[in-house]
Amino acid sequence: MKIISKEEGTGLGKTIAEKILSLKSGVDAKANDIVVADLDFVMGQDGTSPLAIQAFQEMEATKVFDPAKIAMVIDHSSPSPLQGVSELHYQMRQFASQQGIFLYDIGEGVCHQLMPEKGHVVSGDLVIGADSHTCTYGAINAFSTGVGSTDLAAGLISGKLWFKVPETFKFIVNGTLPPGVYSKDLILYLIGDVTADGATYMAAEYVGPAIDALSIEARFTISNMAIEMGAKVGLMEADDKTREWVENQSGRPFAPVTADSDAVYARIKEYDVSNLEPQVAKPHTVDNVSPVSEVTGIPIQQGVIGTCTNGRIEDLRIAASILKGRKVCPGVRLIVAPASRQVMLQAIREGLLETFVESGAAVVTPGCGPCVGTHNGVPSDGENVISTANRNFKGRMGNNKAFIYLASPATVAASVLTGSITDPREFIK
Amino acid sequence: MSLRGYSHKFGDDVNTDYIISGRHKFKTLDMKELAKHVMEDLDPDFYSKVASGDFIVAGRNFGCGSSREQAPLAIINADISAVLAKSFARIFYRNCINTGLPLVECNTDLIDAGDELDIDLEAGVVRNLTKNIDIPTTPLPAVMLKILSEGGLVEHFRKYGTFNFD
Repeated sequence: MKIISKEEGTGLGKTIAEKILSLKSGVDAKANDIVVADLDFVMGQDGTSPLAIQAFQEMEATKVFDPAKIAMVIDHSSPSPLQGVSELHYQMRQFASQQGIFLYDIGEGVCHQLMPEKGHVVSGDLVIGADSHTCTYGAINAFSTGVGSTDLAAGLISGKLWFKVPETFKFIVNGTLPPGVYSKDLILYLIGDVTADGATYMAAEYVGPAIDALSIEARFTISNMAIEMGAKVGLMEADDKTREWVENQSGRPFAPVTADSDAVYARIKEYDVSNLEPQVAKPHTVDNVSPVSEVTGIPIQQGVIGTCTNGRIEDLRIAASILKGRKVCPGVRLIVAPASRQVMLQAIREGLLETFVESGAAVVTPGCGPCVGTHNGVPSDGENVISTANRNFKGRMGNNKAFIYLASPATVAASVLTGSITDPREFIK
Repeated sequence: MSLRGYSHKFGDDVNTDYIISGRHKFKTLDMKELAKHVMEDLDPDFYSKVASGDFIVAGRNFGCGSSREQAPLAIINADISAVLAKSFARIFYRNCINTGLPLVECNTDLIDAGDELDIDLEAGVVRNLTKNIDIPTTPLPAVMLKILSEGGLVEHFRKYGTFNFD
């Protein structure tokens, strides 16, 4: 594979992004080079796959490049709320069956939970997904990024895609997160600091003791939201925790990639999170972030716990620990959507679902839940929603006259108990 | 290729949910139908105001948010001929090139709502006819120009069966 266009490099060392794209393209690539690279896995969901299938046909293709490296996931409108959606789901099932690719149907879960959970993605991989939050797998050291449906179709056919090698924005996170403050608060804080386009077109690398201390599940939350600062990927280095986690999920061999000590960064910012408060993103942009103390008392009518950001078993454990033995405030609705069937099963075994149901929550099908506004809890005019999701754009949840606040599972759980935005540390001993 | 039309002005961080809301896009692949809802959460009357060949003109980070290709397709099917912004989000940027919607990165502070523009994509010049000024633009990378000039990535793959940038 040859290099398509070459920029003159300045330093000798490479970032994680430069290394993975060099390995997968077979050329010595540096930031701003354009390369065509081999893909390790390709994913689409039900909002993007139907258009990709249409493009696949228009491209006059008959076979995918490798069925073992492709999955389609029905998670965004799942189970189907409308006949039109049902027809699109049918097209996906037909395509998957004809091509022999993986199909994860209703109830299996959110695509970004399933890809790592099912072992489709390992450290050092190059992955594309037709969903912007594909950057999630950067937490296990994979260069994974969101694309549109036509790029997905090109990937399905050729197993390749062209990439502009991104420059890297390095976030060094020092200190220890205080009790009641989580990786969601950390990433909201970083997005608030650098803004929604602070890392546009760049790879983000998250490093430092505060990142090292996090579980893999908590790291996924951070990488998941890299796109909300405009980043193409949200990369982390693989440590022992990563290796153990990936080995447990996947039988595939893998080779983690580390940044060189003399790698060249476009920007470096350093933080200390030892005194960080819980954070809340206010309507209608993700970078409109405040410490919880500045928004305490704002009434809410609906809480959502789930999504590809915060629907994992640890998130459900944290929320359940606050809800246990308590009732959701009258006049407030709580919706819980586990991120996958496996997460739901585990939550059943641990008694977490019992806690949610007893507290007054509505538990819905594993999947995207109400996050994208297609079903499962569209708010009414003027209502305030507090959600563990990653986007609070006007209209995001299906009503452009509703107001969405984003926070950690702990903050959402505390808020649905009181009926207004609440610091979760009040409920944590 | 020269494009001429009038400006419809928007601000910074116009996300793909605003361009076409999830409550519409999951239902259908009928892009003419989706086009009727383009930008409706920012301006409910937008679709009825647009004349064929008009431009969307915006600030920074246009197209941020989700990867939905329905966003450029809804814009194309509303007969908008190009989008001008100070900067674009990357997935949207790729999707536009792949679907054949021209993008122009330039200083849009020099354009007001209703201004008449003439855009020469090859020369990379936006002429604001109302204000009688020329606005320089950031050129597209060669790979993108090739895909756009071939009519999008579908046409590229029909022609070569894979990526071909020789």
